[in-house]
Amino acid sequence: MIVLENVTKEFNSKSGTVKAVKRVNIQVNKGEIHGVIGYSGAGKSTLIRCVNLLEKPTEGKVFINGVELTSLPLPKLRATRNKIGMIFQGFNLLKTATVYDNIAIPLKLLGYDKTEVKKRVEQYLEIVGLTDKHTNYPNQLSGGQKQRVAIARALAQEPEVLLSDEATSALDPETTDSILELLLKINRELGITILLITHEMNVIQKICDHVYVMEDGEIVEQDTAIKLFTNPTHPTTKKFLNTISQRNLSSSLISQLKVTGAVTRLTFVGESTGKPLLAEVSQKFNVQPNILSANIIELKNGIVGNIVVHLIGDKEQVRNAIHYLEEQGVTTEELEGQSHE
Amino acid sequence: MSRSDQFIEQWLPIIGESVLQTFQMVGISLFFSVLIGIPLGILIVLTRPGQSLENKVIYQLSNLIINIVRSVPFIILLFFILPFTKLIVGTSIGVKGVIIPLVIYSAPYIARLMESAFLEVENGVIEAYTAMGISTRAIIWNVLLREARPSIILGLTISTVSLIGATAMAGMVGAGGLGDVAYRFGHLRHEVDVMYATVVILIILVQSIQSIGNRIAASIKKD
Ligand SMILES: Nc1ncnc2c1ncn2[C@@H]1O[C@H](COP(=O)(O)OP(=O)(O)OP(=O)(O)O)[C@@H](O)[C@H]1O
Ligand SMILES: [Mg+2]
Repeated sequence: MIVLENVTKEFNSKSGTVKAVKRVNIQVNKGEIHGVIGYSGAGKSTLIRCVNLLEKPTEGKVFINGVELTSLPLPKLRATRNKIGMIFQGFNLLKTATVYDNIAIPLKLLGYDKTEVKKRVEQYLEIVGLTDKHTNYPNQLSGGQKQRVAIARALAQEPEVLLSDEATSALDPETTDSILELLLKINRELGITILLITHEMNVIQKICDHVYVMEDGEIVEQDTAIKLFTNPTHPTTKKFLNTISQRNLSSSLISQLKVTGAVTRLTFVGESTGKPLLAEVSQKFNVQPNILSANIIELKNGIVGNIVVHLIGDKEQVRNAIHYLEEQGVTTEELEGQSHE
Repeated sequence: MSRSDQFIEQWLPIIGESVLQTFQMVGISLFFSVLIGIPLGILIVLTRPGQSLENKVIYQLSNLIINIVRSVPFIILLFFILPFTKLIVGTSIGVKGVIIPLVIYSAPYIARLMESAFLEVENGVIEAYTAMGISTRAIIWNVLLREARPSIILGLTISTVSLIGATAMAGMVGAGGLGDVAYRFGHLRHEVDVMYATVVILIILVQSIQSIGNRIAASIKKD
């Protein structure tokens, strides 16, 4: 379990003090995957580096499995770091060492004997699917394969938690998916708790249970992935959601359409995705639904459907129809057009 | 007897011994320079701002010392520290007398070359090892020195070549070696052939050292 309590990190430089992380609270329970998303410069890397004290928080506390890292003397901190794996955007492998040695060297340095080292290297190369690459050097591998080696290196310490600093940001979409699958697999099969940071919403979508949206050093919104995808409130969260599904219609279009009814976004979760609700609406009320856009987002823990619909009919009927939809467990959001000039 | 046989018979022992002396001077002073230069290189890399042993005083002081020593040309250094040499090794002439100036000349140079070699090692790798809870000492040996090996070899090749040049100047204080032969016989006594011979030997020496260095570095480098 990872707990951050009011973590703040300031950098002092010639041009003044930069508050990279401001009073952040995070709790990742055992076996969960939490993701922090934010734009460049939001403070994500600084935040995740505070978890294993690569960056010492200016204020606040960090706990891993109940042990407060921020108060540990260096030797004990080192011992605890063994239990925290970390992977990076740049892989950070030894260029002059083979795949095998890249995993074996840290194990040797951590004091494991030869047979244990061999056993673990083979075991974890198997898990990441690179058994045939023992003798290759990193420059002979693709980006995805390098990240697999880095993941095997992290896993070989048998950590309880894994930190990921933009582990897929340097990879193409397909390779990204395969690495995300791998992270899901190790989370499920080895029960490893994962905290990751990313600027890609699809990473959050595919593997996270819980999401934090970070901006300017602060967590501006956080919730379970399903709730956040269903009911985003902060503008930044909405912008990120737009990156995986086009959620916006132009405001002039909306204004035009609003003359004959309402333009509403309907968000369906779980149960309600299965019902033919729009057909029911047109039967029950004098309202004709016209679908403007629709998409479905598969999250780790469920499915969220999104429909932007033009409900054509008189005001009263439309209002009743929306009310009915809400009763059926659909989240609705009336879209606004251009403000009246 | 042909002219060349005569030349060989007359000069081989002298030149042969001088080559040996050059090797001796270069070998011994390289050994001590590495012993000082590599740790000094590590020190200035690890004490620079943002690094694990960040320490402004040590960092700036070592830089200052390196720069001061590096700004004195070897020939001046040689005479400048004569009294000091005499105090330490009891003599200021011969191979023994020239080792200290050679080390003082070469160690800061090696430190600079090592610094740039270590700076090439990606900081991220060091960070990854720190994050695994591995000690700074183990990181120095297994990441910093290991990953920098190709550049270390190239740096040492360069400093060996520059040491050969310096030993030639050391001939001025009667240290022996190829420079001494070229100066005493080639220059002062106008034995042009001797001059040519020493130049050719020096060229061959430098060429071989450089290509051996290049080859070793290339074989370690994996990208
Ligand atoms: N060592 C440092 N010294 C001074 N300022 C720093 C340092 N590290 C980060 N910062 C500043 O802190 C802020 C957050 O940086 P950080 O690297 O955490 O952002 P990020 O969200 O990871 O961005 P990116 O997506 O580009 O990696 C930035 O304004 C950055 O300039
Ligand atoms: Mg970052």
